[in-house]
Amino acid sequence: MSILVGKETRVVVSGLTGREGSFHGLNNRRYGTAVVGGVTPGKAGQDVEGIPVFNTVHAAVEETGANTSMIFVPPRFAADAILEAADAGVKLVVCITEGIPAHDMLRVYTHLRRTDRTRLVGPNCPGVLSPSKANVGIIPAHFFSAGNVGLVSRSGTLTYQIGNELVQRGFGNSTIVGIGGDPVVGSSFIDVLALFEEDEQTELVVMCGEIGGDEEERTAEYIAGHLSKPVVGYIAGFTAPRGKTMGHAGAIVSGSSGTAQAKAEALEAKGVRVGRNPTEVAEVAAEVLGEKV
Amino acid sequence: MDLLEYQGKLLFKKHAVPVPDGRHAATVQEAVEAAEELGFPVVIKAQVQIGGRGKAGGIKLAKDRREAEQHAEAILGMDIRGLTVHELYVEQASEIAEEYYAAIVLDRGAKKPMAMLSRMGGMDVEEIAEKHPEAIVKLHVDPLIGFEDFHGRRLAFEAGIADDVVRPVAAMLGRLYEVLVQEDAMLVEVNPLLVTGSRDVVALDAKITVDGNALYRHEDTAAFRNPSAEDAQEQLAKQRGLTYVKLDGNVGILGNGAGLVMSTLDVVAQAGGRPANFLDAGGGSKAEAIVDAVEVILSNPKVTAVLFNIFGGITRCDEVARGLVSAFEQVDVRVPFVVRLDGTNDEEGRRILAEADLPNVEVAKTMLGAAARVVDLAG
Repeated sequence: MSILVGKETRVVVSGLTGREGSFHGLNNRRYGTAVVGGVTPGKAGQDVEGIPVFNTVHAAVEETGANTSMIFVPPRFAADAILEAADAGVKLVVCITEGIPAHDMLRVYTHLRRTDRTRLVGPNCPGVLSPSKANVGIIPAHFFSAGNVGLVSRSGTLTYQIGNELVQRGFGNSTIVGIGGDPVVGSSFIDVLALFEEDEQTELVVMCGEIGGDEEERTAEYIAGHLSKPVVGYIAGFTAPRGKTMGHAGAIVSGSSGTAQAKAEALEAKGVRVGRNPTEVAEVAAEVLGEKV
Repeated sequence: MDLLEYQGKLLFKKHAVPVPDGRHAATVQEAVEAAEELGFPVVIKAQVQIGGRGKAGGIKLAKDRREAEQHAEAILGMDIRGLTVHELYVEQASEIAEEYYAAIVLDRGAKKPMAMLSRMGGMDVEEIAEKHPEAIVKLHVDPLIGFEDFHGRRLAFEAGIADDVVRPVAAMLGRLYEVLVQEDAMLVEVNPLLVTGSRDVVALDAKITVDGNALYRHEDTAAFRNPSAEDAQEQLAKQRGLTYVKLDGNVGILGNGAGLVMSTLDVVAQAGGRPANFLDAGGGSKAEAIVDAVEVILSNPKVTAVLFNIFGGITRCDEVARGLVSAFEQVDVRVPFVVRLDGTNDEEGRRILAEADLPNVEVAKTMLGAAARVVDLAG
């Protein structure tokens, strides 16, 4: 199997006619993903290299049977685009856009959870890749091959770094999920771990956290209570000073909370092995999977 | 972005949160004029974004013109835990009957705003939480409904504040919630929330953190400046559109993607080095961005060696290599560089570097190897 995206995925891209939207939409199609439509208000009837463009997500879903939305519109329009996709009945929204105001996301998050029809991944994330099946987002798919390691991360390039270290040790991935670096994101580590637990293809999960908030701590509790599969952890930001945002809007140590040290300790306290650097994460994963064989 | 007290109070006034009358002053003369306008006694307060201003001598009561002048002179230019005071806030002195604590924060875990009230104010909230956790009442607010009167009543009654001020305190909480939402704040804190001798309820301090991502819809907040926190390198980086955070070490660092850069800092520290900065060149970095980044990193005189750690996804390693070559043409580079290129077009990138044969540039194969080498070179 794999999680979230696969052969059944049919993608509609909000912002397909923009520079980023067309570049990555076409890239995803080239990978074999069914990118069936795009949405740009006022541009219905046009196409992007054969991908039809619609005025509304509703029209796109009706015409193409899209079940997944990928969002590339600028931050001030992104919350609206997520809500539009959900209203049109799309099951999964992957929002790549960075820089959406947190209060916009609070409203979106609360609405999506309350209606409980649409899952959101992101925003400010690299997307979701199930190697050799589908790529929805900006993850450079050519580094990865299908395999038994699930990967979930708040960061993009760090995921590629760790994924690549795994590849060098001969491991592939079931699905790679970037959940995003904002303070309010649609899917948490816990949400994604729950999916990996149910996924037959996944035998081990690597979770890659960073400073800010307390999600890694809560995830540690969840792992202890709910996960039968081994999890290997990594936390970035041990050297981050207090009170400074480290690139991602959510990556900030506030007062004494959200430190990398506290997160690593919380995971280790629940029996999750935490690598000190990306190379060690791959080594630990290889060791655990090696033992299994 | 953290606002200074006087900036926070401007937002409070806009939303009808009661505050004592006050004026901003950047010079001794302005402070004295403000004091005379307000009428003595006044309080002269250092405007720096850090706790413990009072203990450090940054908040003083002035009973007359002479004292106002003395205190303004003493506080301006004062160093408070590493921050130099460039600005003052002169405020009418208040008679203190009770000191409470109130805050509304965006609770990331619950993904809801959380309102807090305590009858124990005036001390650090972490101190209250530690010594009297039962004295802080917390309540989540549904972001789709907002702060209703009952939220305010519940907080006020459960916190056990004085009966006669339940209504005005509850009302203030509602207005603070309005500030949080309408000003796109992540934190709105009032400590102390004061009950005066005449039983008026006022916000004696204002601590507001606004969401940098929402500044496009708040022109007034976007224009706020904090000269005591501004750093020359950080200003330069901001002008060039780069994400840069200055640190206190000597190893300059550039990477692509926030997570990878954080990880690079950690790996350099593990190798025994001290990072001089965080710099995320971003996804899809073009050559010009790399030139800007090199300039920003080297504008910090403490930097003795630089590490480039790139894992190309959308970012192409050949673009990064070209950027580095032009940086060496345009910028006077006197420190060694270690460059690790992996991912999209990495071979082409390494070929460009080899051909350019830049002085003082070494190519490393792995992230850990690169970190170890740059720490060696940085000395």
